[in-house]
Amino acid sequence: MNIYVCVKHVPDTAATIRIGTDDCIDENITFIMNPYDENAVEEAVRLKKQTIDADVIAVTLGKGTAEATLRSAMAMGADRAILVKSKSSHDSISTARALCAAIQRDGDPDIVFTGKESVDNEGFQTMFHLAACLDVPVVSNAVKFAMTDTTIRVTCEMEAGDLEHIEMETPCVIGAGKDLNQPSYPKLPDILKARKKPLTEIELSDLGIATPASRVEMIKIESIKEERYPEIIDGTADEIADTIVHVLREKAKVLDG
Amino acid sequence: MKRVAVLIEMKDGKVKPACLGAISAAHDSDAELFALVFKGTAAASLETLQAHGIDRVIEITSQDGPIQWNADHWARAGIQALQYYNIKTLLGLASVQGKNLLSRIAALLEAPLVMDCTAVNLSEHTAVKSQFSGRAVAEFKTRGEYHLYGMRPNALSAVPSPGKAILEMFQAVLEKSKLRVLEVQQGLSDRVDLTEADIIISGGRGMENSDNFDILFECARPMSAAVGASRVAVDAGWVSHTMQVGQTGKTVSPKVYIACGISGSVQHFAGMKTAGIIMAINLDPDAAIMHKCDYAVCANLFDIIPALTRKLKEITG
Repeated sequence: MNIYVCVKHVPDTAATIRIGTDDCIDENITFIMNPYDENAVEEAVRLKKQTIDADVIAVTLGKGTAEATLRSAMAMGADRAILVKSKSSHDSISTARALCAAIQRDGDPDIVFTGKESVDNEGFQTMFHLAACLDVPVVSNAVKFAMTDTTIRVTCEMEAGDLEHIEMETPCVIGAGKDLNQPSYPKLPDILKARKKPLTEIELSDLGIATPASRVEMIKIESIKEERYPEIIDGTADEIADTIVHVLREKAKVLDG
Repeated sequence: MKRVAVLIEMKDGKVKPACLGAISAAHDSDAELFALVFKGTAAASLETLQAHGIDRVIEITSQDGPIQWNADHWARAGIQALQYYNIKTLLGLASVQGKNLLSRIAALLEAPLVMDCTAVNLSEHTAVKSQFSGRAVAEFKTRGEYHLYGMRPNALSAVPSPGKAILEMFQAVLEKSKLRVLEVQQGLSDRVDLTEADIIISGGRGMENSDNFDILFECARPMSAAVGASRVAVDAGWVSHTMQVGQTGKTVSPKVYIACGISGSVQHFAGMKTAGIIMAINLDPDAAIMHKCDYAVCANLFDIIPALTRKLKEITG
């Protein structure tokens, strides 16, 4: 069985984002594996352990530096990795086309896991485009996963805590939510072992992908400097509560009474 | 005349208020405005929709009658309606359901979609959205036959625009879906969804334990607020991850965000910095949030919250 996990190399969630003159971010900051992709890798590795003959292959589209994230995925238990190299940034349509081409060149996928969103571009849709390219069913925001033969049962989180129980057949694409599992952090021997695991590099241009007719193009980006100037609310608990009510009612106009 | 459609979401038999904001985003073009609704909700929504400038309400059904919830079926039926009415621009909400449906529609049409927009310009086909979890803001242009936008709930206010809407039925032809929805399990219905709440009251490390969150729920009820939490409170196991606000939790834009015992990490701010008013209640005057809010209350939340709850109950009866 071939279990693919699509991961993304993203700026650390605590890093300060600086935008350069060319509308690119200053990349002299720490990059990490997209947090939701950790859940995807974890679930793939767990599934491998329950299966007799399964391979977990981590795939990414990115610059050469994205190798670090693939190595992390292999330290978490992925068997090997594919890096589709590209210097430019891509929207979700062309990212999905690249991931799809790389996966199909490598083998027949039974399941593709990925995080439900990336914390950098927050597009929420690459897994859907990927599923459309592969012509397989897809769910996102999965918080529970089980597989019997070729049938997948997933629970997805909906609004206000509602849960949706879904069944589908493999092959399929699954967007991992945070509650899917608790990613295990690799130990030193795993990290060392991951350095020796096979990593295939492919140039994006070698995949022969046609340019999509539609795209989303970034025309401007700037960092946000949001300043707020706090007003201190003081007094006894009752006085403070009165002031808060006043703010809710008069300033925010969110109270009916 | 150009045609623009808005994907309508319902909650408890009513049009979600956030959808009205999405409709107002469609007003800037002088297009004919369509509302796409599912599952026998057209009659219930007609009045609200025509009061906000919708010209035509299209209720989407299938050869087998109303289409039960199945994201794949709804997306495919929605596409058929877009094609039948020759609509090239579609707006929806970047809610959980909206993300699900819009992404599926975009993927099946291989159409450009900008998700979680705070502003759109439908004649220029541009949209503004946050990047890097709220640390940057970018403007995007969609290029292609279709243009899809998911609006961040509460980013735009509803603009009344009274008119008369026509109600029409559209029957889609659906094949068996590869997705089988076995069951939808209802959560706690009296709780307000975080991403669409006008007021959010959130607790962090200062809540000390799981039981203390009850005082936030009690305070939330009379003001119809949703209760959120910081990552610390979630990681400690005090509350479920569904309540987490921040980088790896939910991104919210309420009119008021009340942070109780939350220090205000960069990651937490990533999830709530676009709130209208940020109010912080914290014992530590040096906590980061106390310098990045609109109202700072340096006091014990266990004194303030119960007092606030009492006042709110007096007002709302």
